[in-house]
Amino acid sequence: MVKFAVVVFPGTNCDFETERAIRKAGGEAERVWYKTSLKDFDGVVLPGGFSYADYLRAGAIAARQEIMEEVKEFAREGRPVLGICNGFQVLTESELLPGALRPNRVPRFICRWVHLRVVDTETPFTQFYEPGEVIRMPIAHAEGNYYTDDPSKVRVVFQYSDEKGNITEEANPNGSIMNIAAVANERGNVLGTMPHPERASDRFLGSEDGLRLFRSMVEWARR
Amino acid sequence: MKWKVNVIVRLKEGLNDPEGRVIQNALRNLGFNVENLRVPKYFEFELESENPEREAEEMCRKLLANPLIHEWEYSIEPVS
Repeated sequence: MVKFAVVVFPGTNCDFETERAIRKAGGEAERVWYKTSLKDFDGVVLPGGFSYADYLRAGAIAARQEIMEEVKEFAREGRPVLGICNGFQVLTESELLPGALRPNRVPRFICRWVHLRVVDTETPFTQFYEPGEVIRMPIAHAEGNYYTDDPSKVRVVFQYSDEKGNITEEANPNGSIMNIAAVANERGNVLGTMPHPERASDRFLGSEDGLRLFRSMVEWARR
Repeated sequence: MKWKVNVIVRLKEGLNDPEGRVIQNALRNLGFNVENLRVPKYFEFELESENPEREAEEMCRKLLANPLIHEWEYSIEPVS
């Protein structure tokens, strides 16, 4: 069975839900303290939370820990690396993904459900979605305002949209350029998403749209 | 040799600074006619080094700033 490491930094707090979502999607998952090694795993997930209390910039300190060298190795080898929320911030800070996540346009913490338009279904994480499909997941962040100086070079995976899939200014919760909510690296095996798929992995939570992301990832790693 | 280093990291010109905007609005509500308020980050530390300029530059590039969105400046003087 394919096995994923869910990396826990001081201040990470979405690790249990993420572990559970991966298991529900048919994979094996284990929470791994950041001082340990990632060998014997098929993929890595950097979950949400507030690593190092968001000091300096969200994700900045975690991005410079030794374990990230192993994560970079995973990325180079083409194995799946998924960063959710704070994990996305860690991936941009460590330059595994392009761009930066800046404080929200209205500088406060936003926690609510959003609609997303699925733009790219060719990644290991989105193969079970339909192109242009509109899905629902929650966001919960203060620094999710995606910025890049060259959007044409970014592989956009999810965009904030209205319920019909229109990309509008009103549907943009945090000021992200082009309503960008999730991006992948050029090769597709590294994904960063501000919306939380693990919080949309059970119908009792209000949506199972996020579970398909984990199913895609597990299925892809199995091949 | 030991040096006292002061570093200022600020957002690049043209990037909007949400915290600065909120503080500016609050000051304006208090009756001050403030414009273009920005909130840079300021670091001060002592550094043991043979080449403090190069190391300060490297620190900014590697951690203190995000080169995509920030610019920085520093001053360095010997600890007396």
